[in-house]
Amino acid sequence: MEVFSGLLQGFQVALTASNLTLCVVGVVLGTVIGVMPGLGPSATIAMLLPLTFKLEPTGAMIMLAGIYYGAKYGGSTTSILLNVPGESSSVVTCIDGYQMARKGRAGAALGMAAIASFIAGTFGVVALMLVAPPLAQMSLAFSAPEYFALMVLGLTMVVLLAGESLTKAVLAMLVGLWIAGMGTDLFTATSRFTFGRLELLGGIDFIIVAIGVFAIGEVIGNMELEKPAQMIPVPKGLRNLLPTWDDMKRCRFAFLNGSVVGFLIGVLPGAGATIASFLSYGIEKGVSRHPEEFGHGAIEGVAAPEGANNAETGGALVPLLTLGIPGSGTTAILLAALVLWGFKPGPLFIQDSPQLFWGLVASMYIGNVLLLVLNLPLVAVFAQLLKVPSYAMYPLILGISIVGVYSVSSSMFHLGLLAGFGLLGYAMRKLDYPTAPLVLGLVLGDPMEKALRQSLMMSQGDLSILLRPIPSVLLGIAALLLVVPIFKKFNAVRVQVIDREA
Amino acid sequence: MPPFARSGDFWSGLVLAALGTYIVVSARGWEYMGEDGPGPGFFPLWYGGAMIVLSLALVAGAVLGRRAAGPPLPMANLGRALLCWAAFVACIALMHLAGFIVAFALLTWFVIAVMARRPQRVALPIAIGAALGFHALFTWALEVSLPRGILF
Repeated sequence: MEVFSGLLQGFQVALTASNLTLCVVGVVLGTVIGVMPGLGPSATIAMLLPLTFKLEPTGAMIMLAGIYYGAKYGGSTTSILLNVPGESSSVVTCIDGYQMARKGRAGAALGMAAIASFIAGTFGVVALMLVAPPLAQMSLAFSAPEYFALMVLGLTMVVLLAGESLTKAVLAMLVGLWIAGMGTDLFTATSRFTFGRLELLGGIDFIIVAIGVFAIGEVIGNMELEKPAQMIPVPKGLRNLLPTWDDMKRCRFAFLNGSVVGFLIGVLPGAGATIASFLSYGIEKGVSRHPEEFGHGAIEGVAAPEGANNAETGGALVPLLTLGIPGSGTTAILLAALVLWGFKPGPLFIQDSPQLFWGLVASMYIGNVLLLVLNLPLVAVFAQLLKVPSYAMYPLILGISIVGVYSVSSSMFHLGLLAGFGLLGYAMRKLDYPTAPLVLGLVLGDPMEKALRQSLMMSQGDLSILLRPIPSVLLGIAALLLVVPIFKKFNAVRVQVIDREA
Repeated sequence: MPPFARSGDFWSGLVLAALGTYIVVSARGWEYMGEDGPGPGFFPLWYGGAMIVLSLALVAGAVLGRRAAGPPLPMANLGRALLCWAAFVACIALMHLAGFIVAFALLTWFVIAVMARRPQRVALPIAIGAALGFHALFTWALEVSLPRGILF
């Protein structure tokens, strides 16, 4: 009953003119960046985050979340028409989506991608709404040692699935912890790693690192080569975009598969939408009566992964909002946004900020409907964006990045840092260091250190406090996950999953 | 030049080992454990130590020529990427003097005319239009202040 009254309250919040407008802006922007290869939701959310400080936080969160899930809808358009994924989570859609387009069924593929995204995306929101409140209630029993162990487990899972080399993923995470540790220690007022610069006494703003590593690093990397591609035209008329009744019947299981797998994978930190889409594709092929059609334009091969990558959004928001643990680079930025606006994601978040939580949930129902409407009749309009030359886009991204950082600090020194982190982001890509662990280390570094020090204060320095039932189980799982790759067979499975993602 | 010297893992491992050493040395200067519990040196000492161990493992992997030695140093296409980055740095430096609009217009022109090799009739209007568009959108519409220089 509480859920329904909460949802009702949420719709009252989400349906105000300003929040509805921000939801539309978010999903349209998300679709646009999803369609355009080379610019992801992490970079976009990071760039726009400083500009949301003048907005009311609920509306701002509705917009940023709209970008997050809207990008997943848009990503399929590029996969189907260009055989180039607009988003990493749409990689697997290329396999059958592009083959369908080559056989003259681009419309059905685009339509099915939108319908599957809508069904599974809505399933994800329903599951989020039902799972988050009881999970938050359960985690009320958590104190500093439990939180520390939970953060260690979250970081471990992200590290485990972030890159082929576990060593590099851990190193990236450690660099994130180091950056998070810069500034004045709040327990003792000692200044750490400030290089004698007054500007660093307050630490390095998360926004500078996120925009530098994601947006600037991405632009620099994309400047290396121009890659022209041949686009298959979008069929004209809504009728040509709708799958047939037979297509819908064939995809019944794919809708369910994508929804459930996507949500469950989303809840796990580190796994993410790309792995969810590959897993659901594999399951779909495994249970299909026509597995030989997969790879040659099977419509279930579009429905299952597109559904999974959208249901994942709802799943990913569960640990973010109820435990304060993000599972990916993008959710880490959303966590930072909530903290910057003065909220405290965790067990008390739903109780303390019902307007924001339920407003966000309701806006996601609305956003999914909007995206279905946008992605069916307007898909041809969005596809035209692929004709915008990249040389015109990159300076705009650089400009928005500069304005974003400057609007937070009004400091030229921080713009210099932005350039430095841009180079770091580019170097990490070139040298195969995953960026997600760095960002997660940065976001979780401070609360993790605080939780560890509070735990040890509680026990007067005795580490056995971490052997209480919940922390010991969580830390045990984390240790097991780090040890498992030592065994070649398990590591081969891990690398296979990551290779697919890459 | 030995093969490992061309490995990205070798050089990045060395850089990270140096960073880890710096973290550990700095952390040793701060209190590790006080009367109230762990001090400011506690956490950095542990992650700094882990960084040294792991980065040296990366270096050793590259020197011993294992499969996990990682990609070779990415020299191909590096020039274009670094040129773009240098232009971005120059743009920020120029902002001290000329402010955002002039510096950003020059950066846009550079990317389009020099890096993408488009004709001036394309590059100039986009550069000027983008700079003025940013000014209109951020300064007037969103009331966000843009970086100001000594001159503008």
